[in-house]
Amino acid sequence: MPTSLTVIADSLPYLLLGTINTAGIVVAAMLLGLLLGVCIAVGLVYGGRPVRLLLSCYVWFFRGVPVLVLLFLFYFGLFTYLGLPFNAFFSVALVLGMTTGAYQANIFKGAILSLPRGQFKAASALGMSELQTIRSIILPQALRVSIPAWSNEYSIILKDSALAFVIGAPEIMARTQFVASRTYQHLPLYITAGLLYFFLTWLGVAALRALERRLRIPGYTHGIQ
Amino acid sequence: MITDTTPILRVDNISKCFGETCILKGVSLSLRKGEIKVLIGPSGGGKSTLLQCINCLVRPDAGEIHLGEERIDLASKADLCRLRQQVGMIFQDFNLFDHLSAQDNITIALRKVKKLGKREAAERARLELEQVGLGDKAELYPAQLSGGQKQRVAIARALAMDPKALLLDEPTSALDPELIGEVIAVIRALAAKGMTMIMATHQISLISTLADEILFMENGVIVEQGSPAQLLTSGNPSKSQGFCDRLNDLADGGC
Repeated sequence: MPTSLTVIADSLPYLLLGTINTAGIVVAAMLLGLLLGVCIAVGLVYGGRPVRLLLSCYVWFFRGVPVLVLLFLFYFGLFTYLGLPFNAFFSVALVLGMTTGAYQANIFKGAILSLPRGQFKAASALGMSELQTIRSIILPQALRVSIPAWSNEYSIILKDSALAFVIGAPEIMARTQFVASRTYQHLPLYITAGLLYFFLTWLGVAALRALERRLRIPGYTHGIQ
Repeated sequence: MITDTTPILRVDNISKCFGETCILKGVSLSLRKGEIKVLIGPSGGGKSTLLQCINCLVRPDAGEIHLGEERIDLASKADLCRLRQQVGMIFQDFNLFDHLSAQDNITIALRKVKKLGKREAAERARLELEQVGLGDKAELYPAQLSGGQKQRVAIARALAMDPKALLLDEPTSALDPELIGEVIAVIRALAAKGMTMIMATHQISLISTLADEILFMENGVIVEQGSPAQLLTSGNPSKSQGFCDRLNDLADGGC
């Protein structure tokens, strides 16, 4: 067997563990982003002026600064300054989560604004409170509409997670680089890393498409059939 | 049919401006139990805004709203919720919740607002759907229903809340001509059961046969009011008769 294949075979368990770590980071970041994104979007659409201003600042900050800068800023800067004992894995998930939260907020905001205004009125007319209406009428529809854009965001965050290697989180990229620097088998190893990312992208997008299909509202003509 | 003389709903001197444009300029009306008032008049006259002010979907700038004996505090969310539970609203474009089946469109407010149990709410929804002739459509989603069916679901949804009065904002205006009949039939059945209603409509048959009183609105004020017998006789110089004549001309010349 050529050396390159031996190296890949030998390091595969190590890389697969990294893949699981990457998946963990991305799932945690996406879920944190979902929570933040929904709250921010609701605030941006229904909140008062001060709330909207504050949330806009948040969104602009995380959209305006590169992820790599954010990672350094929080991991080496803020967390150290505040004496927070966050490890690399947790820090990456947190920073990516806050970043994708800003992008997801805009996805959900657009989705909420795309819904017909009348449904909010109809719910109010039935005596439902604003919060009840947002929770049971607006969000179930807005989140459905958001799934395609959300799956796009997933694939972006997945690949952004490779930046985690610079602060030493044990994910795909860091582990590949570690093996490559010892074996000098850069080409086959980075091809493997690329394939692992590709596989995770495919898996997530396929899962979200299945979810979209499952949640499709009968009779709607748009969307996948 | 008027069974009681104290108004169940009264609005006094309601006005509403959007910026420089004043849509309502001091409108008052009162509604007794079982009474049906029909709002007519040119588009932009303030009919829709008046209806939405009555249950505060649009907050009036000034004026008072009384529900029975109680004065509604327009700044209190609890008061508004109570008002809205007792005053149902039917919209021109139905406004069904697109992600919920016909049945769940009805159960959602029963469960969230009236706090009914799941089974109880479902039973009530079935009952209301049967009342509007849609007992077999409970599982269908709005996108699977025709316009007339959607409006009937909307009516069933409002009725399930046991409202004391119903506000109807041009309930047939968004419907194809062949679907108007089924909605009119439901509204007639409601009237026959003594439901109290205020309805904005251009549907001539509803105006002349259902109204206890016609309110003609123009430029944000009620300029004419009276029973169909007073206002709608052929050759009557009233604005209402002129309006109905024009609607008739349109209907005759239309097809």
